Amino acid sequence: MAAKLILSMDGVVLHEYTLNKERMTIGRKPHNDVAIDNLAVSGEHAAIVTILNDSFLEDMDSTNGVMVNGAPVKKHFLQNNDVIEIGKYKLKYMNEQKGQATAEDFEKTMVLRAPVKTQNVDTTMKTTQVTPPPTHAATGKFEAAPPQAAVAQPSAMPAPAEKPPVPPSAAVRPAALQILSGPNAGRELDLVKNLTTLGKPGVQVAVLTRRPNGYFITHVEGASYPTLNGKMLDEHPHQLSDHNIIELAGIKMEFYFKE
Amino acid sequence: MNIHEALEIVSQTHSGMVRSHNEDSVIYDASCGMVVLADGMGGYNAGEVASGIAVSVLATEIKHRLESVRPEDRDDSGEEIGVALLRENVQKANASIYSAAQSQPQYAGMGTTIVAGLFYDNKVAVAHVGDSRMYRLRGETFETITRDHSLLQEQIDGGMISKEDARVSRNKNLVTRAVGIDAEVAVEVNVHEVQIGDIYLLCSDGLNDMVEDEDIGSTLQMLQANLPLAAGQLIEMANDNGGRDNVSVILAKVKGDFAAPRGWLANLLSWFKN
Repeated sequence: MAAKLILSMDGVVLHEYTLNKERMTIGRKPHNDVAIDNLAVSGEHAAIVTILNDSFLEDMDSTNGVMVNGAPVKKHFLQNNDVIEIGKYKLKYMNEQKGQATAEDFEKTMVLRAPVKTQNVDTTMKTTQVTPPPTHAATGKFEAAPPQAAVAQPSAMPAPAEKPPVPPSAAVRPAALQILSGPNAGRELDLVKNLTTLGKPGVQVAVLTRRPNGYFITHVEGASYPTLNGKMLDEHPHQLSDHNIIELAGIKMEFYFKE
Repeated sequence: MNIHEALEIVSQTHSGMVRSHNEDSVIYDASCGMVVLADGMGGYNAGEVASGIAVSVLATEIKHRLESVRPEDRDDSGEEIGVALLRENVQKANASIYSAAQSQPQYAGMGTTIVAGLFYDNKVAVAHVGDSRMYRLRGETFETITRDHSLLQEQIDGGMISKEDARVSRNKNLVTRAVGIDAEVAVEVNVHEVQIGDIYLLCSDGLNDMVEDEDIGSTLQMLQANLPLAAGQLIEMANDNGGRDNVSVILAKVKGDFAAPRGWLANLLSWFKN
């Protein structure tokens, strides 16, 4: 399913364009794919280059420039729902692929097919296909292989929108450690990172991990294990509860949730 | 020190939180200093078959050949045997997978990425095809030492897209090379010198797509004294962040010097080996 551009002015939708070409031009002259007959628009104002599922907007040195989401740009990697502004005209970029793929298809690695290499008896190329394999892109201008070469293997849809991984910090209760003995007694340590190591490297080290389902302590190295509320732990991770007392390398500390 | 004492190696693999099959395969052999990881692709369980063939071909063939040759020696073409072994055996795996794919309809089009390392003579030869990676932690520096064979990497190299934009690209996971999809495959092999204290991480994209490089690096740095814990922690982080793909890691830590013995006695002994 290809991406679309929705052209509107003053809130009125004028036209919908499908991004089905490698390069679509926007401008005042009628030969443009998106022709906008308005004096504020340059003859050749901007272009959108589409490589498989990614689209890039480029300002073609227009007189009045191009904006995306209110900011002037020369080159922009388009994201779903971006609004391109040319003069008083708005072009909304839509690239949704909802319902096209199951969860299983997320992150599926697929092969971008170059011309099939059949077994060569001698070194001369027998293939008659003309499409250049993608490895020749090193010259700087990437020539997208025409659709027939980009056969997804197996016939799954191209990977849908990537949601950046949700950082665990969003859902986890904030917690801290209070040092109860030794030279740093009284000091408080907020557990803001996913991993916090405690102890002396080479002598005794434990790690406190912060996960979506809580905090855990795990022994890393050392001749003896840390104790939790007086009980010696083993090599497995142990979940921490509010007000647990940890002892490690002779230092006592209290784990608690900050609320 | 022999290679077995000089290296500590652990591996772990998980199907993730979304997929029902694990199509990744991992294998290592500390006695020959070899590590191999493959991420398979294909319908049904073809991915599992492809990655399984890849790791077993490499592991068995290389181990067998190392009984009679030394990886640091050079062959007739002047290339180090370690390098040639990796390249030839990835090509062998390619032929194997390709012919299996041709013979069974449910395996048609199956393929796999691969990343393999062979440690010898205080260096590591690294072969890879696709977007499974090898990283190195040296001191405070954590970086990839392989370059993905992917559409996105080519765009980054060509200046078409920035690294930040690449993170949200919808063309992720499109590799430009794979093992088993064509009669021939171009294998990239590079050799890197190794230092004591280095930690090498081989992983499938199930890790680096779910966890930022920075977090992988700091996890390794903090838990380097306990490699199995570090491996488990990386997998856990990938799953906690969504686990949308199979995730596998191999960690290899260099604890000592493993320079190849040189001098007339060593050469004499190796002559007998052949």
